Amino acid sequence: MATLDVHHHIDTHDHDDHGHEHHHGNFWTTYIFSEDHKVIAKQFLLTGMAWALIGGVLSVLFRLQLGFPEANLSWLKPILGGWLTAEGKIDPEFYLALVTMHGTIMVFFVLTAGLSGTFSNFLIPLQIGARDMASGFMNMLSYWFFFLSSVIMFISLFISTGPAAGGWVIYPPLSALPQAIPGSGLGMTLWLVSMALFIVSSLLGSINYITTVINMRTVGMSFAKLPLTIWAFFLTAVIGILSFPVLFAAALLLIFDRSFGTSFYLSDIYIGGEALPNQGGSPILFQHLFWFLGHPEVYIVLLPALGITSEIIATNSRKPIFGYKAMVGSMLGIAILSFVVWAHHMFVTGMNPFLGSVFTLLTLIIAVPSAVKIFNYVTTLWKGNIRFTPAMLFSIGLVSFFLTGGITGLFLGNSAVDIQLHDTYFVVAHFHLVMGSASFFGMMAGVYHWFPKMFGRMMDEKLGYLHFWLTFIGVYLVFFPMHYIGIAGFPRRYYSWTAFETFSGFADLNMLVSIAAIITLAAQFVFLFNFIYHIFRGKLAPANPWNSTTLEWTTPRLPGHGNWPGEIPTVYRWPYDYSKPGSKEDFIPQHIPYSETPESNLPHENDQIKLDLGGAGVGGHKH
Amino acid sequence: MNWIIWVGAILVLIILFMIFRIGSLVELVKGNKEEEFSISWNNINAYLFLGFMFFGLVFFFWYSITYFNDYDPPVASVHGEITDNLFWVTMWITVIAFTIIFIVMFWFTFTYRYEKGRKASFFADNTKLEILWTAIPAIVLTLLVFQGLRAWSDITSPASKDAVVVEMVGQQFLWMARYPGTKDYELGKHNYKMIDASNEFGLDLSDKNSYDDFKSLELHIPVNKEILMKIRAKDVLHSVFLPHFRVKMDAVPGVQTHFKFTATKTTAQMREELNNPNFNYEMACTEVCGRGHFSMKFPVVVDSEEDYQKWLSSQESWLKQNPEYLKYVPAELKEVAMIKAGIPLDNNVSVQTAAIK
Repeated sequence: MATLDVHHHIDTHDHDDHGHEHHHGNFWTTYIFSEDHKVIAKQFLLTGMAWALIGGVLSVLFRLQLGFPEANLSWLKPILGGWLTAEGKIDPEFYLALVTMHGTIMVFFVLTAGLSGTFSNFLIPLQIGARDMASGFMNMLSYWFFFLSSVIMFISLFISTGPAAGGWVIYPPLSALPQAIPGSGLGMTLWLVSMALFIVSSLLGSINYITTVINMRTVGMSFAKLPLTIWAFFLTAVIGILSFPVLFAAALLLIFDRSFGTSFYLSDIYIGGEALPNQGGSPILFQHLFWFLGHPEVYIVLLPALGITSEIIATNSRKPIFGYKAMVGSMLGIAILSFVVWAHHMFVTGMNPFLGSVFTLLTLIIAVPSAVKIFNYVTTLWKGNIRFTPAMLFSIGLVSFFLTGGITGLFLGNSAVDIQLHDTYFVVAHFHLVMGSASFFGMMAGVYHWFPKMFGRMMDEKLGYLHFWLTFIGVYLVFFPMHYIGIAGFPRRYYSWTAFETFSGFADLNMLVSIAAIITLAAQFVFLFNFIYHIFRGKLAPANPWNSTTLEWTTPRLPGHGNWPGEIPTVYRWPYDYSKPGSKEDFIPQHIPYSETPESNLPHENDQIKLDLGGAGVGGHKH
Repeated sequence: MNWIIWVGAILVLIILFMIFRIGSLVELVKGNKEEEFSISWNNINAYLFLGFMFFGLVFFFWYSITYFNDYDPPVASVHGEITDNLFWVTMWITVIAFTIIFIVMFWFTFTYRYEKGRKASFFADNTKLEILWTAIPAIVLTLLVFQGLRAWSDITSPASKDAVVVEMVGQQFLWMARYPGTKDYELGKHNYKMIDASNEFGLDLSDKNSYDDFKSLELHIPVNKEILMKIRAKDVLHSVFLPHFRVKMDAVPGVQTHFKFTATKTTAQMREELNNPNFNYEMACTEVCGRGHFSMKFPVVVDSEEDYQKWLSSQESWLKQNPEYLKYVPAELKEVAMIKAGIPLDNNVSVQTAAIK
């Protein structure tokens, strides 16, 4: 009953706010320093898209070097300036900086902030039936910390010593010693400051998501009736809160080592003609701390995409998601196990081999819930009535990538097999498919699916198809060949392989990969056009364009501050009543009580009617 | 010239935009709004998925079989045979699972594409099915894990006492090998504070095991003998990667790591087997270490036993090559040092007097 009181309180409070906005709201409070979750979500989305573009361009730059090692790139002089050598090639140090920044940007700025920030913000209040986030102010802070962090990371791209260049995992001593690589000077300092702010942003966001989901669900919205998107965002936020502080600690100790002469990670180093005084530290300690975040981070990136996909596949198959409880259970399993598998990134770092055994075992266990998810998606398609909206295409693409990339985890998770594959292109192929592309497709699916709710207009479907097919085939052409290159032993982060006879082949495959990468990037401009143009010129969206069951589609075309003009709807059923036998429509929204659908009720649902009536009575009374 | 390209690009964009505008206007005029989405496009997407699945799989199998030898690196170590075997077992399992799921998934998207008037089946769960497909991966994974762990514990078990010891030292951007020498077969102690331009290993000359140690810029190892590779780094992380021996281990400053393996084919045998007289074993760095990361090549030669002994006896100790460092040897050990390092004793007078003076 406590929740009802809270609702009552928030209700009135937000109505006040609502009026307040109308009278005194100006451009700055409405669009810039907004506390409205929908505006903040769009801010995250647009910033994330800008970052995705930058990250994509960086990747094409280093793919030019890898695919066309002989090419003269002096036409890039206006952009790259001094980072081109006299022969018109990318400087090897800048190459490493490109790789590092591509990884950092894509993992953190696009697929963490851009994905979670957008959809957790946008969908949590709308799908659980809340007026806004628990704390609009913290939510606003979360975005602006992210913005500040973005600005600093962006500036680091342009400084004369170059941005951080020690790989996105920033392993010390390379990241600690400017003597080792110029990017570890100011570039690394900016990287650390930016990431510290990013972590603050992420924590502020996560605390808000968790609080909102626990406390602000509308009447009747029990955890068992939550859409899988919300489950995913909720668990993602929990993982984030538990793991990001560890990265913060790791970064802080690195800052101490870099600037204050401590020796947490440094020992016995002779560099640049001198022996450093640091002794007793261990670089492996940093790796443990980093991957304690780093591995959960993979799921922070992936779970929201899986949640979005669950929702979209069910909606567009016109079928309930298969095994709702198993889906929640497997997400929970993944969330918990994600904390005990980190050292599988470290089998050959000299860590105690016994630990290697333990982590092999735990790593392969996490494959089971992942497999269950794939089976459940496929079964959801079975006997459906599938509509291939662009969102659905991207969701199916996600399942395809999740399968293709996930299954190679069985090689890498097995320590004995990992010896040969570690740090080769096999790993690059694996995580780009299972984490990078899958999550990116989840994000795209989400944009196509919820665009009508975000902007009140429709995107063009055919451009969406074009975007999907170019990207889908493009991504496979980029990453599938990397498996072969990786099995052949080609190491990652190599500027060129010609120094080695062993790695001298596959120039053709590398060229194919680079061409595919360019086409894939070009295809994103189709999306950008589709997106921007239809914000302003798209067809007006109907209230519920996909005939979906969840609460966000009960709001007006463009929900204002507070989301529902009147009372928040009460929830009576789970979110997946699609194609229920007996019902006329092929979907029954969550807010329709069982008493209105006697023709399609299952026996236990008829029993529920009485309870609902009683519950609604109490609720009404309270109000 | 450049501006022509720019103008051209802008023109192409404008044309694309016009095509898009005309397309959407035509549709508006036609009044295509009886359905919110078009069934023909839906079918096109369903067929495209089916085609993608079919041609994708055919191409995957064709390429994988045809070009097998290009990406399957020859293996030349005992444990490498085992891990390769495990790799291919995993490959078979995953390819079978992948192919089945891939076909089923895209078959479903095709067969169950939208049809007007059809109603999807309300199939929300099935406990038996779910237990089944939780159990199958669990069992398969258990088998893989146990095979893997057995191999892993063999590979990481301590090396035997009579293993040939070699030390690999990584630095920006080259590798050096240090051998324990033929007098004591023990690596001398090292200390990073003693490193200088000549004493690249930081040999601690108060340790008598260091006198016969020698440096090599090629890794020579005997065939069919266990090698214990001790690995360290001087500046940043590096990683020893011997692709043909399936060996990989990081070089970490301040921590000594190691890897033991047994090569099974000499360089000559491998050249014959691959029919490539220019074949050479190579060692690479696989942990990003800076500008020259991609060029940290170290030549590797696997010798027959007698060739290896011949090579060993032809090597000069580091101390013999750098006799001026005798002054760092404690006086009471000087004679031992000279004998072990192979420096003729008569040569010694001048050095000693220099030291005394």
